[in-house]
Amino acid sequence: MAQPIISIHNVSKQYRLGKIGMSSLRDELQRWWERRREAAMPPGMKPERPQNFWALRDVSFEVEPGQVVGLIGRNGAGKSTLLKILSRITEPSKGEIHLRGRLASLLEVGTGFHPELSGRENIFLNGAVLGMTKAEIRRKFDEIVEFSEVAKFLDTPVKRYSSGMYVRLAFAIAAHLEPEILIVDEVLAVGDAEFQRKCIAKMESLRKTEGRTILFVSHNAEVVSRLCTHCVFMERGQVKSFGPTAEIIAQYHGHKHGLRRPGEWIELNTLPRTGTGRATFHRVRFRNSSAANGSSDAQKIYSHSRLNVDLEVMANEAFTAHSLAVTIFSPSGIKLMNYDTVSTGDLVRLRPGLNRFQLHTDELPLNAGNYTVGFWLESHRGAPPVDWIESAFQIEVSSPPDTDVWKKPLSDGHVVSSFQLRPVDESLGQLAS
Amino acid sequence: MSTLTRSYHVVIKPHQKWLYFDWRGLVQYRDLLFLLVRRDFISRYKQTVLGPAWFIVSPVITTLVYTVIFSRALGISTAGVPPVLFYLSGLMGWTYFSTVISTTATTFTASANLFGKVYFPRVVVPFALGMSHCITFAIQLTTFLVVLTMHEVSGRVDISLENVIAGLALTPFLLLHLALLGLGVGLTLSSVTAKYRDIQHLVPTLINLWMFASPVIYPTRRVPENLAWITELNPVAPVIEAFRHLYLGTPTMSLSAYAGSALFAVLLFTFGVLSFQRTARTVADIV
Repeated sequence: MAQPIISIHNVSKQYRLGKIGMSSLRDELQRWWERRREAAMPPGMKPERPQNFWALRDVSFEVEPGQVVGLIGRNGAGKSTLLKILSRITEPSKGEIHLRGRLASLLEVGTGFHPELSGRENIFLNGAVLGMTKAEIRRKFDEIVEFSEVAKFLDTPVKRYSSGMYVRLAFAIAAHLEPEILIVDEVLAVGDAEFQRKCIAKMESLRKTEGRTILFVSHNAEVVSRLCTHCVFMERGQVKSFGPTAEIIAQYHGHKHGLRRPGEWIELNTLPRTGTGRATFHRVRFRNSSAANGSSDAQKIYSHSRLNVDLEVMANEAFTAHSLAVTIFSPSGIKLMNYDTVSTGDLVRLRPGLNRFQLHTDELPLNAGNYTVGFWLESHRGAPPVDWIESAFQIEVSSPPDTDVWKKPLSDGHVVSSFQLRPVDESLGQLAS
Repeated sequence: MSTLTRSYHVVIKPHQKWLYFDWRGLVQYRDLLFLLVRRDFISRYKQTVLGPAWFIVSPVITTLVYTVIFSRALGISTAGVPPVLFYLSGLMGWTYFSTVISTTATTFTASANLFGKVYFPRVVVPFALGMSHCITFAIQLTTFLVVLTMHEVSGRVDISLENVIAGLALTPFLLLHLALLGLGVGLTLSSVTAKYRDIQHLVPTLINLWMFASPVIYPTRRVPENLAWITELNPVAPVIEAFRHLYLGTPTMSLSAYAGSALFAVLLFTFGVLSFQRTARTVADIV
């Protein structure tokens, strides 16, 4: 077996809390004065030092050549810090990393673009910033232009470009880099859907045909599970687990919030979340509304059950939200159902205090398995979410009880769908005769 | 490519040595260096009507202003040379030196966005600035030579062709001398301004004061005895006087002053590069 192309040994990174980027001459003099005064004090009376914050703590893992590794974890888990250290933008406080191949990182598209220069000039400039030589860029120039779809505007300064064109050109350059290791951070979140598909296809081909090693950070579990062979799950600056993608993503989604049973109230206010906090999801209860009340079936959710969800939202002030959603994800993180008021066009009016909502779903077209439930509240389009719990808990969908109506063989996919699959030979024979 | 891969091995770890300098990285990124030179030069005159002509217009205007104020109104000596030639020759060297300092002193804050997103040897940016200002210098030198020829033709000065050719041959060395000095100051300042933003506001003032301490608008010979130490300690003074001496035959400073300045330039440049490298390693955390 070849040596790992990336080896990370006990890497830690420390930041001084609250002082990042705020160091001025005055602060420094103040600190120096405090230290002088403290030195004169008897021990035990010394005030506490400003708190240090470990953004990364003893991170170790190895990546083999040709692996595509996804880095997943919540905001603040240390993913970006690790990428910054790997890209040599900053140094670790402790530990060591060995890279056995040329590395190019894509933490942002269009880094180093100069607005006054033309698209053509920027291709060369940006390519060189990313580590390509002039000869390399010249060789790939036509491919880059074709991929970016901005051939007509090559001699226009990029400040006149639409944001879509700008991103397309920038990604096109980055996609044609030839490093052995490519680091990509969430850049796929920009650009239109069509272009995103193109980018993902390009990354897949980099992996398949050229055996490139890729380290990829994204919140999009669907893309991660499609692209990555392995995943690193990070939490609070530490590596929680490392392994095959499907396993790790399932763990990520099912993380800490195990299976919940129908009928019980589930507290949501303690779960990790992102949002402005104007309102928070308080608690939730789901039931099988297909089953008669009090019957034993009410304790389970089956394929084709209808869900009845009681949701409580605690608002700090009165406001109107355009999007309140309950989402169901597959174990690998693919969004299967999104019950979102955006699609019905209903506005959600929240009063200060506790607000109650009820969701009645259609029959769930889900095969047996565990599914993750998430919650989303957004006041208006483009605003940061008011409250967002990516994965709150898991529910279990069972095969229908053994009744004649539902007696069908189990299938492997998530979605239940009726179908017919028969040989066509007989009819062909008939046509031929 | 594959041979390069096999030998390629980068170790990332904290606190590399003070004396560490990544020469290989710099060679690898030489194309970036030249592209940045081009970018710096072009972006300075994009969307202006006169374009690169501005590099001629502004020193000419400055020279005319100096001629009116310092020579006509205040009657400061110009060592027996027509004032226009005196100021133009002093300004070319000084302008190069001062723009190198003022543009490189804020490297980290000005390029914070770039440095925070992608790795390349950071010294490429100030080196490129130092090189792109050479283009400006060449344009100003040409302007000077044109004005010199005009004076020669009208018989107001008497300069031999050999003098000018010798001057042109030695100019690259003087320019390198100024580049080392300017980058030495600029790189040192840039690692200071990265951490202490306050210093950033002092840089223009520092450059202004330095100009008055340099023989740009007056000849060294006219400095009063009790203030002579200023020009003697000023490492830029011998270089500016040397420029003038080469083309106009004005008296030069002693060779020892020149040699001392050259030695100082090399030391300052080395210190600047090393402290710049040191700051660059974790600058993304503080800018």
